[in-house]
Amino acid sequence: MSAVIDHGHAHDHEHHPSGIMRWITTTNHKDIGTLYLWFSFTMFLVGGILALGIRAELFQPGLQFWHPEFFNQLTSMHGLIMVFGAIMPAFVGFANWQVPMMIGAPDMAFARMNNWSFWLLPVAATLLVVSFFVPGGAVAAGWTIYAPLSTQMGPGMDLGIFALHIMGASSIMGSINIITTILNMRAPGMTLMKMPLFVWTWLITAYLLIAVMPVLAGAVTMVLTDRHFGTSFFNAAGGGDPVMFQHIFWFFGHPEVYIMILPGFGIISQVIPAFARKPLFGYSSMVYATASIAILSFIVWAHHMFTVGMPTAGVLFFMYATVLIAVPTGVKVFNWLATMWRGSMTFETPMLFAVGFIFVFTMGGFTGLILAIMPIDIQLQDTYYVVAHFHYVLVAGSLFSLFAGFYFWVPKWTGRMYDETLGKWHFWLSMIFFNITFFPMHFLGLAGMPRRIPDYALQFAGFNEIASIGAFGFGLSQLLFLWIILKVTVLGRGEKAGAKPWEGADTLEWTHLASPAPYHSFHEQPVVK
Amino acid sequence: MKKSIAAAGLLALSGAARAAYQWDLPTPITRVAAEIDDLHVKMMWIILVIFVGVFGVMFYSIYAHRKSIGHKAEHFHENTTVEIFWTVIPLLVLIFMAWPATKTVLHIRDTTSPDITIKATGYQWKWGYDYLRGEGEGISFLSALSTPQDQITGKEKKGEHYLLEVDNPLVVPVAKKIRILTTANDVIHSWMVPAFGVKQDAIPGFVRDTWFRAEKEGTYRGQCAELCGKDHGFMPIVVEVVSAEKYAAWVADQKKKSAAAADDPTKKWNLAELKARGEKVYAANCVACHQASGQGVKGAFPALDGSPLIKEPKGRHIEIVLNGRPKTAMAAFGKQLSDTDIAAVITFERNSWSNKTGEVIQPSEIKAARK
Repeated sequence: MSAVIDHGHAHDHEHHPSGIMRWITTTNHKDIGTLYLWFSFTMFLVGGILALGIRAELFQPGLQFWHPEFFNQLTSMHGLIMVFGAIMPAFVGFANWQVPMMIGAPDMAFARMNNWSFWLLPVAATLLVVSFFVPGGAVAAGWTIYAPLSTQMGPGMDLGIFALHIMGASSIMGSINIITTILNMRAPGMTLMKMPLFVWTWLITAYLLIAVMPVLAGAVTMVLTDRHFGTSFFNAAGGGDPVMFQHIFWFFGHPEVYIMILPGFGIISQVIPAFARKPLFGYSSMVYATASIAILSFIVWAHHMFTVGMPTAGVLFFMYATVLIAVPTGVKVFNWLATMWRGSMTFETPMLFAVGFIFVFTMGGFTGLILAIMPIDIQLQDTYYVVAHFHYVLVAGSLFSLFAGFYFWVPKWTGRMYDETLGKWHFWLSMIFFNITFFPMHFLGLAGMPRRIPDYALQFAGFNEIASIGAFGFGLSQLLFLWIILKVTVLGRGEKAGAKPWEGADTLEWTHLASPAPYHSFHEQPVVK
Repeated sequence: MKKSIAAAGLLALSGAARAAYQWDLPTPITRVAAEIDDLHVKMMWIILVIFVGVFGVMFYSIYAHRKSIGHKAEHFHENTTVEIFWTVIPLLVLIFMAWPATKTVLHIRDTTSPDITIKATGYQWKWGYDYLRGEGEGISFLSALSTPQDQITGKEKKGEHYLLEVDNPLVVPVAKKIRILTTANDVIHSWMVPAFGVKQDAIPGFVRDTWFRAEKEGTYRGQCAELCGKDHGFMPIVVEVVSAEKYAAWVADQKKKSAAAADDPTKKWNLAELKARGEKVYAANCVACHQASGQGVKGAFPALDGSPLIKEPKGRHIEIVLNGRPKTAMAAFGKQLSDTDIAAVITFERNSWSNKTGEVIQPSEIKAARK
């Protein structure tokens, strides 16, 4: 009933500019969500092309395509673009679309700031891409831009630093907006402990972002002043310490890892119950587990630095704290399994990606446990094992959860069903090629192949060849995804979706809004019992 | 006959295939490496059990609780006992894992009472070794990649130890505790030898330490493990572990060599002598960027052939080689090379390709310029 009423309202209020001005001036959370998603998908393709440049060079031993310096630019920019350009903005896009609809709010709390936090991103992305063309090229010190290597680079490094500043500002504004919206604009009756888990995970993530983005800004600003204004924060000759950069960077960097996965946990926690037709098992323990992971993320940063030579007590502390994270993460996985248990499951594309997520993400969790054990980490730190590990949690984790979320909510966004057959193809191709690409990297790491090298010894040749083939397969599979997106959005093809196309879905956007969701939804707040 | 050739061929092939697919930690040569291996195997067994348990349940559920076979959903969604159970059990498993790990950590960190202490200094992009204490005290040399450029660019067949071979390997005696002090000259590097279970970052301006006691003679190889710029992938570490007698002989040999190689600082060199020596220095230090042709790499590394620098007075040239160029890949070679080597390489550069200045730079000029 209310869906019909809302639809009527929507027509009266759609007096926004059209054409390009609609997108530049928009303050509508759905428009801004769409902008975020298209932006992140574009950056995903750019970062993917850089990755294929890396894998092409590594297909065979010897230098075939690039100079070592350009290879370093490829690895560094692939990391920066994927982390700050693809994964993070994609989750903010989901938050923009979904948080207001899931809590029964008409829009985000600060609509104009919302516009601004998006439109900062293309500026930052331009700085990053332009940096390839300045003398000396783009950032080549890795996405971690460790000093003093980063103080050696050319002007590309400065552009990278400014881009990080801008993206940080954008993230902070986005987070303030999300927190304010969630805390103040929930429908009557929706207590905190009744919020959908996706909203919960984003609330916690937003706090993490506000806590650590300024830390990153501080670190890169210190690099900047070391480079140009004669300070010596990270220069021992002037009384500084290069290792201090790593401490500051990872104090940001480890929570950052959870920033990129917690909203993914949220998406999976919506998808699994919907397709198991059974409520989420252990809702409150899921909330507590998410909060525990977030808190622990602040006291584990130095496990990225087991080889810098810390005092033994420090090493032991960070090792113990790190293995502790396995407990709340395990609770999450067990709860998802318990949700599936004795459900009535169907396996449409969102569910495939969600189950696939649990399977491969857990493998990334296992390798994380191996890496947390300091003595083993001595062998594996800065090898391909680490590359394998974080791609298992970032690609199979974050990216697959984003895919699951896209297929799950796109009927609500567009009012049309995506192509189910192609969606299933997308899942299987992604899943298979992902494993062909990244599973062999565990072996390379155990055998001792360092990361970030453009050429390698002959005993690493076999698995590198396999990984490169897998990478090209994975890259091509994403073109299929591009086609699926275009088909259901721009071309508007696919059968019409009802208000609630998924039998087991029960959050407000499904129960109270039509598909596609009206431009302005929830003028009158729904009441949650 | 034919059969045995075929068999030999097959053997060689499988050998090559095995070499190309090395997939596990290398055979441990030290007790620490063996402990790490052990820990890894134990952890993998525990993980395997968890893996089978968790995903056994998941795939059984996927099989049995499908709508398509008519399974009806139940509606339970809470059970505190179960939640406590699967919080506490993993916690116990983790404590069980952390205990042996702690013992190994303490073992790794124990760098006390070494037999020999060696300082390893990371340079962009080679290693320098100084024997500080113990047998061989005073020996000091640089260790750089010896794989020819032509193998890297594919003009020549790649050798067996492609990218893992150096001109001067680190030599140590078997069964002795070797303490390695790491530091660096420019950026952070990392000294890694997997067979020893050793990886220690080398940090400019700071000294860190690690140790190993190799239990078997042989040649062990590793690489720089921390991104350090352009040639990060081209600064391997090679350690030769030899018997006590061989080590003593090597030490004596090194001492003799270094006495003989010490250049008479007052000697006057002629152009031909300096050019010949300079060519070797150039090949070892400059060729990766400035190229054998002296043309550099367009947009990245400047050409030396016909460079404006050659037309300038030699003082500027000497200064750049000694002190490097900040914010570029040009390193300060003053700390790495001797006066004679620097004089030789500058003479070579100013008198090669189309550069014909005829200038002869004497080591004494470098010595003067250092001040």
